[in-house]
Amino acid sequence: MADKTFRSMRTPLARVRGLGSAKEGVHHWWAQRLTALALVPLTLWFVVSVAGLAGMDHAAAVAWIGSPAVSVLLVLLVTATFWHAQLGVQVVIEDYVHSEAVKLVALIAVKFAAVLLAIASIFAVLRLAFGG
Amino acid sequence: MSAERRPLSPHLQIYKPQLTSVLSISHRVTGVGLAAGTLLLTWWLLAAASGPEAFATAQGFLGSWFGYLILFGFSYALMYHLCNGVRHLFWDAGRGFELPTVYKSGWAVVIGSAALTVIAWAIALASA
Repeated sequence: MADKTFRSMRTPLARVRGLGSAKEGVHHWWAQRLTALALVPLTLWFVVSVAGLAGMDHAAAVAWIGSPAVSVLLVLLVTATFWHAQLGVQVVIEDYVHSEAVKLVALIAVKFAAVLLAIASIFAVLRLAFGG
Repeated sequence: MSAERRPLSPHLQIYKPQLTSVLSISHRVTGVGLAAGTLLLTWWLLAAASGPEAFATAQGFLGSWFGYLILFGFSYALMYHLCNGVRHLFWDAGRGFELPTVYKSGWAVVIGSAALTVIAWAIALASA
């Protein structure tokens, strides 16, 4: 190793950069932690709020979901939830599904489902927020 | 026994379950369950946006005994995943790796998630 370092014109860091297993993995890891951190207060707020409104009728739900502060928080909650969920399910699939074909199909299905459900949820919130 | 059929480590049928390993796999199980449970959240929001009839259907289902069962499981899984997630964030920060601490935080997760679930349901049942 020391011998090779001596002969190479490149620094040791330049020679190993881009090698190894990490590559883009840190982005996945970091995104999962950031969304987790955001979801702690958002989840507690949501659970306490809907528990306090248990059994609400449609008018009460529309008024609550559509109020400015609540709709902003709901869009944040939905975004962070689906981002976090698809990152987590991706890791579970990668760990337990060993057939490459099944793994690929499952990963794509999870990503598509997460985007579909997230956009549908955000659309519903915004529709009520803008009085649709 | 051929090399392919040898039990992998940990050999789950023999290995004694421990608090640490049970909490660890529970984090994954609740995570996958919660991901599936997001369907309920989307359905509920879409129902509210669709109108009184669709919303009454959703609320009627959630207010049934089966709806309560699902919501109870959902809420407990959510509180568990949240508490154990905070435990993971402390580990990510490099803290709490000493074995006695790992067991203490593990029991804190068990008790904390149960307490948060009870609090949420106390609020819900008082409001309903």
